[in-house]
Amino acid sequence: MTNLKEIQRSLLVSLWFMFLTFPIMVIRVNPLEKVVIWRWYNMLYVGIGSFLLSFVWRYFIRQKELGKKKNETDGQKSFSLSRRAVDDPRAYIPLLSAVACFTIAFPFIFSMYQTNIMITVLIYVMLGLGLNIVVGLAGLLDLGYVAFYAVGAYTYALLNFHYGLGFWTVLPIGAALGALFGILLGFPVLRLRGDYLAIVTLGFGEIIRLILENWNEFSQGPSGIANISKPGFFGIHLSLQNSTIYIYFIMVGLTLFTILVVNRLQNSRIGRAWIALREDEVACQAMGIDKRKTKLTAFALGATWAGMAGVVFAAKTTFINPASFTILESIVILCIVVLGGMGSITGVIAGALVLILLPEYLRAFSEYRLLIFGTMLVIMMVFRPGGIIENVRRTYEFELKEGKELKNED
Amino acid sequence: MFKRYSISLFVTLVVVFVCCIFFFSCSDSKKTEAEKKKAEPIIFGVAGAHSGDLASYGIPTVRAVELIIKDKNSRGGINGKQIRLIVEDDVCKPEVATNTATKLVTDGADVIVGHICSGATRAAIGIYREAKIIVMSPSATNPALTQSGNYPNFFRTIAPDDAQAKLEVDFALNVLKFRKFAVLHDKGDYGKGFAEFAKKFLEESGKAEVLLYEGITPGAVDYSAVVQKIKRSAAEAVIYGGYHPEASKIVTQMRKKRMETVFISDDGVKDDTFIKVAGKYAEGVYATGPMDTTKNPLAISAIEAHKKVYNEDPGAFFLNACSATLALLNAIEKAGSTDYDAVSKALRTENVDTPIGKIRFNNRGDAIGIGFSMYQVQNGVYVELK
Amino acid sequence: MEYFFEILLGGLTRGSIYALIALGYTMVYGIIGLINFAHGEVYMIGAFTALIAASVLTLMGWNQVAIIVIASVVAVIYSSCYGFTIEKLAYKPLRRAPRLSALISAIGMSLFLQNYVLLAQTSNFLPFPNLIPEFEFLKPYQHMISSSEIVIIGTTAVVMVLLGIMIKCTKIGKAMRATAQDRDMAMLVGIDVNRVISVTFVVGSATAALGGVLVASHVGQINFYMGFIVGIKAFVAAVLGGIGSIPGAVLGGLVLGWTESFFTGYVSSDYEDVFAFLFLVFILIFRPAGILGRSETEKV
Repeated sequence: MTNLKEIQRSLLVSLWFMFLTFPIMVIRVNPLEKVVIWRWYNMLYVGIGSFLLSFVWRYFIRQKELGKKKNETDGQKSFSLSRRAVDDPRAYIPLLSAVACFTIAFPFIFSMYQTNIMITVLIYVMLGLGLNIVVGLAGLLDLGYVAFYAVGAYTYALLNFHYGLGFWTVLPIGAALGALFGILLGFPVLRLRGDYLAIVTLGFGEIIRLILENWNEFSQGPSGIANISKPGFFGIHLSLQNSTIYIYFIMVGLTLFTILVVNRLQNSRIGRAWIALREDEVACQAMGIDKRKTKLTAFALGATWAGMAGVVFAAKTTFINPASFTILESIVILCIVVLGGMGSITGVIAGALVLILLPEYLRAFSEYRLLIFGTMLVIMMVFRPGGIIENVRRTYEFELKEGKELKNED
Repeated sequence: MFKRYSISLFVTLVVVFVCCIFFFSCSDSKKTEAEKKKAEPIIFGVAGAHSGDLASYGIPTVRAVELIIKDKNSRGGINGKQIRLIVEDDVCKPEVATNTATKLVTDGADVIVGHICSGATRAAIGIYREAKIIVMSPSATNPALTQSGNYPNFFRTIAPDDAQAKLEVDFALNVLKFRKFAVLHDKGDYGKGFAEFAKKFLEESGKAEVLLYEGITPGAVDYSAVVQKIKRSAAEAVIYGGYHPEASKIVTQMRKKRMETVFISDDGVKDDTFIKVAGKYAEGVYATGPMDTTKNPLAISAIEAHKKVYNEDPGAFFLNACSATLALLNAIEKAGSTDYDAVSKALRTENVDTPIGKIRFNNRGDAIGIGFSMYQVQNGVYVELK
Repeated sequence: MEYFFEILLGGLTRGSIYALIALGYTMVYGIIGLINFAHGEVYMIGAFTALIAASVLTLMGWNQVAIIVIASVVAVIYSSCYGFTIEKLAYKPLRRAPRLSALISAIGMSLFLQNYVLLAQTSNFLPFPNLIPEFEFLKPYQHMISSSEIVIIGTTAVVMVLLGIMIKCTKIGKAMRATAQDRDMAMLVGIDVNRVISVTFVVGSATAALGGVLVASHVGQINFYMGFIVGIKAFVAAVLGGIGSIPGAVLGGLVLGWTESFFTGYVSSDYEDVFAFLFLVFILIFRPAGILGRSETEKV
């Protein structure tokens, strides 16, 4: 009997969607010509599609509920494969070396296009790891992260344009300026919380972009800066392909560096202070953590990576204009962090891979690209709200004699 | 554990990398490419914004190229070869445009129609130059693209910003005889670039003064503050650089507030949508645009073909894109191959009939023969002013 | 002086538009603490359905008044349905999830809806008929304010009052406040929380649709992307006024509208948004919970 009920429900769902999509999918008006086109076949597609999808949807929702219950009864014991890979050295060393081999061989196996998007992915891994410090660890929602990225990119572009400074000279300057702007943003928002903070950071991002757009004498305005030099390789002129590969390896190196530093930071004194701040501000202050200093370092250290990534970005595209630094960009970076799994380094890498590669490989669907992308975001969040790789808090377990478990969270 | 591992990893990485650089500089990939080309069809790459907020400027170009190539293929292609299209989206962002460009280059595109936005074009053009691929944009108007001389592979079927601005300023000063101007723009690379030139030419003429020079916020719901400001400045004419959505909002609000200030704008506004949206308020607006094409049989048939397939009027830059495609087809036909030097020579020497007139290209890549003229909205249509 | 009043009125219109959309933002935020990024898209869908309904009816030869009424009603109904469905699909499964996950889901929904309209309709700008006739009595003041501006300002005021009454005095309003304060507790005292949240979304979306129709008819054109920028501005307005508070959203909208207009009028529109955001930061430094927001002392 449940089957009949299921069908009935799906039928209702499909009727609802047929009603819902009726004006937009079926009727197409052309007010210029005063004609209306009725596309009834679309309604048929919507009806059948939503009928079938509603089964799938409900099935997965039920699976998710079941999984949750099972987890609750089983306690901490059920480790997912992904988590085991992270925890168990026997699993992760071969895995890591395989990844390393693949990374090195990548530009030589695949075409220049693939290498190029891989660079983009790595840039976003770096941005994601930076934002992860602010959002994932310190719990400060930042919607204007792209501002620091812009600062880095324009630092290189302008210094290169006016003074001919090279990539390697500007890289630390970009990072330092990123950090400086991070502190600059940090000061006024020390008192703010949650979404008030989000809106101020959003405003900050927009302010930076608008200044770049309006101040022609400084940044050449919306027409942007062209002919930025690519990173030099001991003064040898590289062909396009070789310089792409070169930038790829620079980016691999920088990403490794980022991972290393962020990993060390996470378990350092300041990293733990961030986590404490995220969990409970008041309790954190009561424990004697300097809130002001902790927040400012989070902003500064997060922004540093964006500044660096910006320098690489400018060197890679050789042309920048303010259009690359819109709020949508901030949102994409935030999506990487949340979708990957907040606070987890592997998560951010996975998130960047998915979010940057997905639209590229969806090019086959051409105009349906962003539609599918949006749908994927919703679906992933609904079915894996904690992100692809959930950050599991380090727990210390010890077994009592009776076999009972106690757990201590650190 | 992790640390030690990554250090050794880094060392191997550097070693492998150095080896590979040498390996690659020796390897010869040219030969295989040339072999491939013999058997395969000619590939047209189309790049531009096909999704996102600027899709309305990129999609008409895709449609234009598709329609013309389909027609050409059904009539046997060029030199016995069929033409294949690769359409790639760049959302008008420089960083995506570089990916798009490398994708098109790796996929073996022979010529490119695109990109749509000047910014994206400037980011991508270096990649095409390196790969020796000809790029023809229907809409990138940034003067530096042709005038800097950096990009010998770049051509366009639209007039650069400065040419349009010059025409407009001359018209306003000498024909309309205005002396007080307000110059507005939409802060975009097209609008602001245009407005900068307009301001420069106005000031250089010594006859006129620019009372107001401002950028408006595109996409805003209401421009009444700017409109009031124009009114207070007592300018005789507004010169606006930007696209039609904002222009129609400003004109409508100006007229609703009973202001008679003359509105002069650019190619982005010379679009029938502007008249349809602004309705009666569009009357009397001046705009520059390519010379009248309504009598050009090619333009008529292109628009007809579009209406037949898509049931609506073509959007922005449609005719420019048709012309770009036709010019490229003609050049490939005349050159007998897709060889870079031969095609670019053909583009510079052979005249071709297109919907925007009989054109060829000068050494920098700007089209010769696309005359620009002033239009005015009269009784709901753009009328060319002689 | 006249110039001052003109700018004041212009800012009032702009502010009312922000306020009308901010109301929906603030209601949804108040109840489930979610920045509903898809709200701007609901507003866009409202405008699109109104345009479609109006065009179909025009072709069928109905008279002007009937068209205005029916088109607005259709827009409100459809937008409410969209709001309801969006909540059920994208947010309800995420009730117990981290708040940022719901935010990403909202962003995904917003992208989806934009491209859905882009693909099913068109990427071009469509002219929107002027639904509001020119009022006779306004003729002498037309250089100051037009009839559509009056209607927008009036609607915002009416909607604000109605919503205020609804939340203060009706049963569902009480339930909303209870849910906003403590969802679990509200459940315990027998409030159907799911229903309350659905109603909030429906009401919020209906105000967005009203805004969509009015704004589209004011500016005379629509496009699939029209909701995004306005949505961000409305969000700013909601935060400025104190997110979660109905009069706060309206006040925030007006303050934002006036800030932008006066800055444009007396300084330069180049840095209009820069100034608006700086002003926002300035206000939030002194009132960290917005103008009308109560800053809650955290209980430990």
